[in-house]
Amino acid sequence: MKYLDEFRDPELAKRLFDEIDRITTQHWVLMEVCGGQTHSIIRNGIDKLLNENIELVHGPGCPVCVTPLDTIDKALAIAARDDVIFCSFGDMLRVPGSTQDLFQVKGESGDVRVVYSPLDAVNIAKENPDSQVVFFGIGFETTAPANAMSVYQAKQLGLTNFSMLVSHVLVPPAIRAVLNSPLNRVQAFLAAGHVCSVMGFSEYVPIVEEYGVPIVVTGFEPLDLLEGIRKTIIQLETGTAEAENAYPRAVSFDGNEAAQQLIEDVFETTDRNWRGIGMIPESGWELSARYADFDAARRFEVGDIDTQEPDVCRSGEVLQGLIKPNECEAFGNECTPRKPLGATMVSAEGACAAYYTYGRFIEIEGVSA
Amino acid sequence: MTSDSAGDGATIDGWSCPAPLRDQPNIVMGHGGGGKLSAELIEHLFLPAFNNEHLDSLGDAAVVDLPPGRIAMSTDSFVVRPRIFPGGDIGELAVNGTVNDVAMTGAIPLYVSVAMILEEGMPIDELAALTRSMAKAADQAGVQLVTGDTKVVDRGHGDGVYINTTGLGVIRDSIDIHPANVRPGDAILVSGTIGDHGMAIMSVREGLEFETTIESDTAALNHLVAALLEAGIEIRAMRDPTRGGLAATLNEFAAATQAGVVVEELRLPVKREVASACEMLGMDPFYVANEGKMVVVVPADQAERAVETMRADELGTDATQIGEIVANHPGVVVAKTAIGATRVVDTQVGEQLPRIC
Repeated sequence: MKYLDEFRDPELAKRLFDEIDRITTQHWVLMEVCGGQTHSIIRNGIDKLLNENIELVHGPGCPVCVTPLDTIDKALAIAARDDVIFCSFGDMLRVPGSTQDLFQVKGESGDVRVVYSPLDAVNIAKENPDSQVVFFGIGFETTAPANAMSVYQAKQLGLTNFSMLVSHVLVPPAIRAVLNSPLNRVQAFLAAGHVCSVMGFSEYVPIVEEYGVPIVVTGFEPLDLLEGIRKTIIQLETGTAEAENAYPRAVSFDGNEAAQQLIEDVFETTDRNWRGIGMIPESGWELSARYADFDAARRFEVGDIDTQEPDVCRSGEVLQGLIKPNECEAFGNECTPRKPLGATMVSAEGACAAYYTYGRFIEIEGVSA
Repeated sequence: MTSDSAGDGATIDGWSCPAPLRDQPNIVMGHGGGGKLSAELIEHLFLPAFNNEHLDSLGDAAVVDLPPGRIAMSTDSFVVRPRIFPGGDIGELAVNGTVNDVAMTGAIPLYVSVAMILEEGMPIDELAALTRSMAKAADQAGVQLVTGDTKVVDRGHGDGVYINTTGLGVIRDSIDIHPANVRPGDAILVSGTIGDHGMAIMSVREGLEFETTIESDTAALNHLVAALLEAGIEIRAMRDPTRGGLAATLNEFAAATQAGVVVEELRLPVKREVASACEMLGMDPFYVANEGKMVVVVPADQAERAVETMRADELGTDATQIGEIVANHPGVVVAKTAIGATRVVDTQVGEQLPRIC
């Protein structure tokens, strides 16, 4: 398949593995920031074939996983209202709130719909003038342009029955938070290609300069990941630290400026609580004052939210790369995709779900685990 | 019965006698009441379409003769939305699905029952089209629709139409096909591309706008099974990987005998458009439903001949070997990834959810 098969070529992959072997002389810890990359690494078994001196730790880049619990609980309360059609990306539906998830709300008569684009939610609002249509606007910079566009369009159309529950999060502050942690072991980052296709990678230059860590923009297919790792190892082995682009077919230095302008119009920076990690200053976006009327959190009074996280869930440590998912005592025991304790076990991009789905819970005879 | 004769009989325009329902274009509660309206549906729609002596007798039960052998019986209910999708419709699916379940035991499917639950307000034109489609599917599979039932539920209490079908077939005494028969060394074959049906449904249900249309693979597989048996292939185990996809079927094989299963990702036949759609939505073709494909386990030395036999049939042109049964890792399905590593392919929990980005 065009743009896919070329980047899964076994021969080229082997050459990259060999080249990485050749240049690696000592132990290095790399963090792939994005959950999509984590999944690709585990699904393809890249970490199993990689030089054993290279340790990949999985980062916080799973938007579903880091959406704060009180926001999920707010979503559940809004979705349960009779006058609301609640629209969301599919993988939010099974994320556990304090007592329920969106699937349960749907089962109990809430009108919860999976959409593929926030613009679909705008259309639903047009078609259902007697209902309040709420879109769950979460995600990193990747989903922000489409989310911003839907609010922009709703305003242009004069829709009074559309609103968004916003919980956007940003990558650069998360990288800083990882680096600022006293427990940090990460020596270099594979930056998330899709985020950078929107934002470019100019914003990583100050981080590289301040902390002296290489940051390499990396794609998602096996060869993309291997090339990102190769470039990172070259920097580490030669003692350089630069913001570098290993995903030039999708990413430019300045990114998508039209998208950035739209984001700037619709959103403004805010402090954000990350589920499992805590408050990170200026790490999120909320609707700007111009679009405050479209803020679902303001439109619907949902009362006091009393949040409760399960004690045994260690997803916060997983999200910060401090432990691997299968080092958590609950992993595969009381916590499985069937009954997830934390969001990292739910999302297609959650590290725990990746480990579980691709069998990193059993040692199998004849197959290296 | 031929598909042409089925087509002629099952339209409102083809109704012969004075039909009050001509002025009544939609299903009403009375159509399920057992009175005149019910009788008219049967007389003008179902009988001409399904057209066989067992049904024509209109007894309380169909009375049929069966050739010698063990009897295979299977039932399934169909609730698909949308009712008409690229490559098929719920009527065709309801016949093929049950025919396939019977055929996977090695039985020759012969008779099928049809029970429909109609929602008040459903257009009779559409019911006629679905009926026609069922008749055509039965004709192609070589089975007879010999008994049926119709009920109507209030508007808002159904999804247009739900269809239950039950199939009856006969297994020759020498045939023994069961997941428990698989042995290390056996070859695992698929009859064609995987993931077509699930992605076809998803592409229309979710309003995705793909440039190309993905068509469902719904088809009756009994002739393909018959071809393998006639060729003298010793089929150890066989399944049609519907819900849960290929992953569910392979795990079933692994669990039944505590053997291991190894498949190679690069050997899985997946249509380009299906692969693209899966990539875009974060789906894995391993878990996507099929409605016209089968997974067959045969002794390794018969694999090539089995593949050739399937390829000679139009439903098996993309047939290929995808892996083998192994003695290692009992009960676990392992995929060799494109770049040469391995991963476990577990059965899936719930349904696959399209990802956020």
